[in-house]
Amino acid sequence: MTTAYRHVDLSQVGDVTVVRFRDDKIIEDINIQELGQELFRLVEADGCEQLLLDFSSVDFLSSAALGKLITLDKKMKAHGGTLKLSNIRPEIYEVFAITKLNRLFDIRKDEAEALAAF
Amino acid sequence: MPTSEEKWTWQCDQKIPNNAVAGRRLLDDVLRRLECLHWNRSDIFGVHLAVDEALVNAIAHGNGSDASKHVQFSCRISPRKIRVEITDEGSGFDPDALPDPTTPDRLECPSGRGVMLMRAFMSRVEFQERGNHVVLEKSRSS
Repeated sequence: MTTAYRHVDLSQVGDVTVVRFRDDKIIEDINIQELGQELFRLVEADGCEQLLLDFSSVDFLSSAALGKLITLDKKMKAHGGTLKLSNIRPEIYEVFAITKLNRLFDIRKDEAEALAAF
Repeated sequence: MPTSEEKWTWQCDQKIPNNAVAGRRLLDDVLRRLECLHWNRSDIFGVHLAVDEALVNAIAHGNGSDASKHVQFSCRISPRKIRVEITDEGSGFDPDALPDPTTPDRLECPSGRGVMLMRAFMSRVEFQERGNHVVLEKSRSS
């Protein structure tokens, strides 16, 4: 992973790449586009097969950001990888529940639970 | 709808350029006012999400991201509710014709959730005229 990432911080726990978002609000179109490219790069260029997205720093995200997560999920599945989400605050979880995306994504309460589930 | 009975304590009516920066500047101002009025975090989140989605719809879809167009933004706040009205210059759309983004065959489509979220987080969402004018209302929960 030699290329710099502007919107995420990465750490490795065993085989799992843990992604933490730097922006507390994932809302501006340009940032969403860049964030999407960074997440897709993790799968397509860096070959990460187990990804955990940690939302603990995220206060807000728009439906356009949801779109990027859906595309990421598709790419992960196409590469035979596994994607999990954790630490989603209640209001944002409600967004996932209303849109039924909580059925598409494997959402875990916290990082420890998510890591144990890989 | 008790429009005439509502005691609006703050209001703004602005015609803004057709770009997200201008829209979010206004929205941030509205959210700050709700914070000052001690609206709870969940209500503010709902207003933020719904109004942001409505602005994106107006700017990108209604006005087709055309920089020569404008968006009319109106907001009223009373002790018990907020009303936001957004009008674009587009040809409008039929909100009832939107496909359900939660059906299994559409769940993996990356778009189409904005109107659904607006309706879920606000007390009232009404598309008027030809669909290019939306009224969003939220009653304060505490």
